[in-house]
Amino acid sequence: MLELYDGALNVPEIITRWYSEETDYNYGAYIPFIGTVREEDGIEGLSFDVYEPILTAWFQAWQAKAEPLGAKLKMAHSRGDVLVHESSYIAAVFSPKRRVALEMIEQFVEDFKASAPIWKYDLKNGERLYARDRSTPIGGAGILGGKQ
Amino acid sequence: MVTIEFLGPIQKAPLTLEASSLRDVAEVLKQDSEMAQWLENCAVALNDTLVSSLDTPLKSGDKVSLLPPVCGG
Repeated sequence: MLELYDGALNVPEIITRWYSEETDYNYGAYIPFIGTVREEDGIEGLSFDVYEPILTAWFQAWQAKAEPLGAKLKMAHSRGDVLVHESSYIAAVFSPKRRVALEMIEQFVEDFKASAPIWKYDLKNGERLYARDRSTPIGGAGILGGKQ
Repeated sequence: MVTIEFLGPIQKAPLTLEASSLRDVAEVLKQDSEMAQWLENCAVALNDTLVSSLDTPLKSGDKVSLLPPVCGG
């Protein structure tokens, strides 16, 4: 399940609801990762653009990878502005036993950072500035510029 | 005609042009000075699926998307 929200996430509502949704499925482990906007470099917050068609396909591919392991993934992300000390991202894995969930949450979050079509901006002094230095080219990038 | 769309921080309106492969799209975009900083680091999707070859054929009605470096979370 992939959920997108305008603005900050309601973390208690989301993680409690996800917990309730899965209580009857006999999962022994539920591992959520919650990403919260930190105060640094004088930012007021972060802002996000999301390209939903490719994000959905990326997420579905991960769900297909989790399924044979008996695991299930859930993810929530913000669009637009999220202020300092608010949360913009939750990823969670449910699995029968802890080891699968512990390993998968790390792989999933790392691949998310490298591949999910989401763009981050710093909100600073009333401006929305692309976080270019903290961004990663998606695998295979550059073909139009001659990299192949 | 093929539509080229520019995602995220690339502040550019969509283009429509005649192109039979991504190579043709690359030739057109290389002429555009404001695109120079993006071509080296953008991933490319054809109809919302990432592609990795300049020889990818295009047909009328196709949508090509440029995805600059990402940072979710």
